[in-house]
Amino acid sequence: MSDHDHHHDHDHSDLSETELRVRALETILAEKGYVEPAALDAIIQAYETKIGPHNGAQVVAKAWSDPAFKRALLDDATKAVSTLGHVSRVGDHLVAVENTPQRHNMVVCTLCSCYPWEMLGLPPIWYKAAPYRSRAVKDPRGVLADFGVSLPKEIEIRVWDSTAETRFLVLPMRPAGTAGWSEQQLADLVTRDSMIGTGFPKTPGAPS
Amino acid sequence: MNGVHDMGGMDGFGKVEPEPNEPMFHTEWEGRVLAMVRAMGAAGAFNIDASRFYREALPPDVYLASSYYKKWLLGLEDLLIDRGYIAAADIAAGHATEPAKPLKRGKFTLGDVERIMVRGKFGRPAPAPAKFKPGDRVRARNIHPRTHTRLPRYARGHVGVVERDHGCQVFPDSAATGASENPQWLYTVVFDGTELWGPDADPTTKISIDAFEPYLEAA
Repeated sequence: MSDHDHHHDHDHSDLSETELRVRALETILAEKGYVEPAALDAIIQAYETKIGPHNGAQVVAKAWSDPAFKRALLDDATKAVSTLGHVSRVGDHLVAVENTPQRHNMVVCTLCSCYPWEMLGLPPIWYKAAPYRSRAVKDPRGVLADFGVSLPKEIEIRVWDSTAETRFLVLPMRPAGTAGWSEQQLADLVTRDSMIGTGFPKTPGAPS
Repeated sequence: MNGVHDMGGMDGFGKVEPEPNEPMFHTEWEGRVLAMVRAMGAAGAFNIDASRFYREALPPDVYLASSYYKKWLLGLEDLLIDRGYIAAADIAAGHATEPAKPLKRGKFTLGDVERIMVRGKFGRPAPAPAKFKPGDRVRARNIHPRTHTRLPRYARGHVGVVERDHGCQVFPDSAATGASENPQWLYTVVFDGTELWGPDADPTTKISIDAFEPYLEAA
């Protein structure tokens, strides 16, 4: 590893250096016939348009509305999600974990950045960064406080460290005051962070 | 390997700072790096475990000082050089100077994009019956592999309970080095916060890891 890579990445000169380096690598891969540049464009476009927390939100809203689906989801999330045609195809080993009045779930990957991409999209920077990865397993209440979230002392906090290819989706509790709501109305309340376990769904009627 | 990537339980990194309205990529090159890693992996140059191993193997100061996608770029360069797909001379020149090496699954083209948007399958037929079942008490072994492992340091030596059985899956410790998939049983093992962090820890917290059978012994 060369020594000139040590600048902080937000430094402007380093950004352009990195950019040149990325372009050089892409040129090499294309010249050697390993990748079609248009295919790289298509990958980026797919990430930008096809995946995102809207997928997870639909799954959560369905689970809130349909008890049989909720049971199936908690039993085998991959299988249950694959029955929903409008949600993007999901890979193996998806596990949904349910928040209850007794237990709050929170997901982390201490070793890298494992995250349920198909349900939530690409992970936010904080999920991939040292403060969250280091503290989530040792001081989850302190981490929740960083998000402005506070839970009663008697609630158990369960942290799921994603150390294998299993992927975890938190099923948050359905907000009060939503009786009779449609799945789409409910899905609009489901936030990304509520499905990671670092937040709650939006409250009906509150400004978003 | 006992690297700085294994961050669970470390102190001193400060508060978690969510970025409001965070964009998917902060610069255009981040997306290009992500796409190159996915494409070269899908073309058969390496598997996901090897790509993780190469990021972990970056020098600790580089790992900590580099942004997320910068680590991906540096790991990708090193991995492609070590596997013979590119040469250091190519990088120095900024274009291909050495002949290409055939890829296991051939050139990555537009037609390949859709299949990589679904995660790969990691489940494999079991070569032997499972040693543990939900409810069993197990100890995470005190092991310190010099190469890639998915057993975090904070769990080693501690006793937990098997909660779920995820079947038999590709064993990252073997797959990362290019050796073989060496499938192993995988379990969710849950630990009390006080078991991991001592008597002063919050007694209402429980932490689980997904542990492959070779990481565990009966307790």
